[in-house]
Amino acid sequence: MRLSINGKAVDIDADPDMPLLWALRDLAGILGPKFGCGIGACGACTVLVDGAPIRSCSMPAGAVKGAVTTIEGLSKDGALSPVQQAWFEAQVPQCGYCQSGQIMSAHALLEKTPDPSDEDIDSAMAGNVCRCGTYPRIRFAIKKAAAFKRARA
Amino acid sequence: MADIAKIARRTFLIGTATVAGGVAFGYWYVNKPYPNPLKKGLGKGETTFNPYLKIAADNTITVIAPRAEMGQGISTTLAAFVAEELDVPLEMLKVEMGPTSKAYYNDTVLRESAPYPWFNDSPQAEILRDAFGAMSKVIGLQTVGGSSSTRDGFDRMRQAGAAARHMLVQAAAKRFGVRPDELKTESAKVVHTRSGRSLTYGELAADAGKVSPPSPLKLKEKADWKLLGKSQRRIDMLVKVTGAPIFGIDVSLPDMLFGTVRMSPVFWEKPSRVDLSKAEAVKGVVKIVPLDTTYGHGFGVIAENTWAAFRAAELIEADWGAPHYPADTAAVAKALNDAIAGGAPTVMRDEGDVDAALAGVPEGRLVEADYAVPFLAHLTMEPQNATARFSNGKLEIWAGNQTPTLVESLSGAAIGLDAKDVTAHTTFLGGSFGRREADATIYAAIMAKAMEGRPVKVIWSRQEDLRHDVYRPAARGRCRARLGVDGFPEALDLRVAVPSVIGNIMRRAFPSLSPLGTDVTITQGLCDQPYTVPNYRVSGIEADLGIPVGFWRSVGCSFNCFFHESFLDEIAHKSNLDPAQLRRRLMKDFPAARAVIDKVTEMARWDEKLPQGTAKGIAFSLGFGAWVSQVVQVKSTPSGIRIEKVWIAADIGTAIDPGILEAQLISGAVFGLSSATNQEITLSGGQVEQSNFHDFAAMRINQSPQFEVAILENYHKMGGVGEAGVPAAVAALANAVFALTDKRVRQLPLSREVSFA
Repeated sequence: MRLSINGKAVDIDADPDMPLLWALRDLAGILGPKFGCGIGACGACTVLVDGAPIRSCSMPAGAVKGAVTTIEGLSKDGALSPVQQAWFEAQVPQCGYCQSGQIMSAHALLEKTPDPSDEDIDSAMAGNVCRCGTYPRIRFAIKKAAAFKRARA
Repeated sequence: MADIAKIARRTFLIGTATVAGGVAFGYWYVNKPYPNPLKKGLGKGETTFNPYLKIAADNTITVIAPRAEMGQGISTTLAAFVAEELDVPLEMLKVEMGPTSKAYYNDTVLRESAPYPWFNDSPQAEILRDAFGAMSKVIGLQTVGGSSSTRDGFDRMRQAGAAARHMLVQAAAKRFGVRPDELKTESAKVVHTRSGRSLTYGELAADAGKVSPPSPLKLKEKADWKLLGKSQRRIDMLVKVTGAPIFGIDVSLPDMLFGTVRMSPVFWEKPSRVDLSKAEAVKGVVKIVPLDTTYGHGFGVIAENTWAAFRAAELIEADWGAPHYPADTAAVAKALNDAIAGGAPTVMRDEGDVDAALAGVPEGRLVEADYAVPFLAHLTMEPQNATARFSNGKLEIWAGNQTPTLVESLSGAAIGLDAKDVTAHTTFLGGSFGRREADATIYAAIMAKAMEGRPVKVIWSRQEDLRHDVYRPAARGRCRARLGVDGFPEALDLRVAVPSVIGNIMRRAFPSLSPLGTDVTITQGLCDQPYTVPNYRVSGIEADLGIPVGFWRSVGCSFNCFFHESFLDEIAHKSNLDPAQLRRRLMKDFPAARAVIDKVTEMARWDEKLPQGTAKGIAFSLGFGAWVSQVVQVKSTPSGIRIEKVWIAADIGTAIDPGILEAQLISGAVFGLSSATNQEITLSGGQVEQSNFHDFAAMRINQSPQFEVAILENYHKMGGVGEAGVPAAVAALANAVFALTDKRVRQLPLSREVSFA
């Protein structure tokens, strides 16, 4: 099958039932999306399909119709995206394992809601678990990223 | 050496009050340095100064931070120790985990296995701590745990930087033909100010490597620190915001196969009547191999991709066996209740005469309470995994793990290899919290051996991860107190019954050795608290259940603090005393403890009256060298109890990186609150019932409270902070729930009796 991943057409020899996550990781060598639960309950595998956050562990690769963006596709020309920059400056990650998914969910949130309230953040980010408990810094970094985006706009 | 190491290992692993076989290994064994492992495999133009540092001619400065980075920020802090003394900015360093080597032994983690409270500085306690530390060096135990890594690296890694700086300055003095004291160092250069000349460390490294290291070494005074004591930008941030392939699960090797495991859901049992036909028929499956190990029995599925391996594993059919341990949660409860009522206690603290004080207590002055906690899983975000390659009689392993020297010996032994033929590469860990033992690497080793020549990356499903954990043990606490006329306790009798974590680890890692003596983690956090009560007894009962248990962030403190601090709260309420004031008075001999209570109550405005439907609880814990008090504020909402805010005051003596300390304390508190609100592992038919994030839930952002943290530096010894945030968060929440609802919940999770938003 042919998928659009981070702006490139990629041919993948995957069974259509194979979850997008494993097609990306094992067949396309794209390792940013992580495996956490396999049932769409932890958010570590979050990628964007046409800009919307989806749990790639629970979406069959054969069902993907739009353009896939993983964390590898966020930084342009080597520069961190506003969300990544905010994450870096707020020193959000601890173990870092869930952070690809967190950053993708935050990116999607800010595209739709440029100035999110605490409630907006709660509802957009509740699907992403962090066992290191980085939540206070995630909240702070999302607001910082929103400010970066406004400044760049 | 081999025999001594074996004796030492036996002694260490029991983590016991009994130092079997004597404490003296002889001066020579303890003081003989390990060879510098960096001497092997130096790149062109590289010079190594000691096991922690190498400098290349192009001025690339590589620091080895030999403790697994699992989120705690240790790689940054260890690198900062070297950078501080070497006079190099942190950003200039290349920081690596380095090779697995006994040279990177951790003696601090074992020092505190000596059975003395943190505040006991008596010569007897210090002698035993030194003896335990010496054992660690003799064994060469490279490990991260017990919140020990910062303390362990503090002297050694600053010395490594200072020694190298001295050698570089000597080399420069010779080149310039000036006296060393005319030179200064800055930004990886030696500068002769008067003449304006300078040389980079890289230009000097080869010569400097030939200079003898100084003895004795002079380290900077605290007042002169430029990096230490201040928050640094973590060296692992950039890779972690870009999704870089840094974890065990991301290992990619040429010609690599993928795999998973399906272990018997009945612990220790060997499957019979096995039918692999459906599994083998799955497209992409390459081979299914039996796994028979000290961790359990089952199968390894090797396939062309992880998805095929996962599907095949589900299709394995077998009779998994019948449990030889309490098979359901009621049976576990009965076994623990029997143990606390009738088991043989080991008394770990005994002051005054508790039996006399508890005989004939006047009406209304006896307080009694029983408490219970369940098994808990670690639920690391990155499921267990390991990659292995076996070829030409050598095994290579890539995995996130906490103890690489042990991973090498145990994984090698599983396929008949000596540790010297095994090389373990430690990746970043997607969380661990005490979980990552050698099981994943042992299984991967066996699977790699079956595919000689080809590497196999073995990833567990979440269900497998949750059902084959080494759990935080279930435990029971039984507490009795006699109150004085003033309401303060005159006698405390505290007892805990729990499976031995150390004994359990022995069964998996060293089944041929039998544990001796008492496991100090049984009463950790119960017998070593800074309270003065005239009659005070703490005893532990080892209640082996045959269910795998292991180190879980804060270990014994994770349940004992809940028992002790809930019970003090009960006493305070019964006596109409303020819970913070009750603790303050019992802590009168321990100023560091009082100071954290004073700080946290001030921050949280403890004395302020709260609106109806809002309440606060307080708790204290001393563990891993951290004096911690937390206040938790809860609120009734239509959808359940909401945890609104947590205040934490912690004293660990010397605060190296306030930003990382704050992150770790909050992390521990979130971890503790997650467990206290709704987590439990239950059994049915001998099998764990929970399978994933939906039935073993972790706190999410919408449930996370606000935090305010204060870090104090009053105590004279440096402690650790990786585990310190957990215990008091649990107890403070339980006490807050009582203050809110008038309901004293004596069992965890609290969701058994109240519900959370």
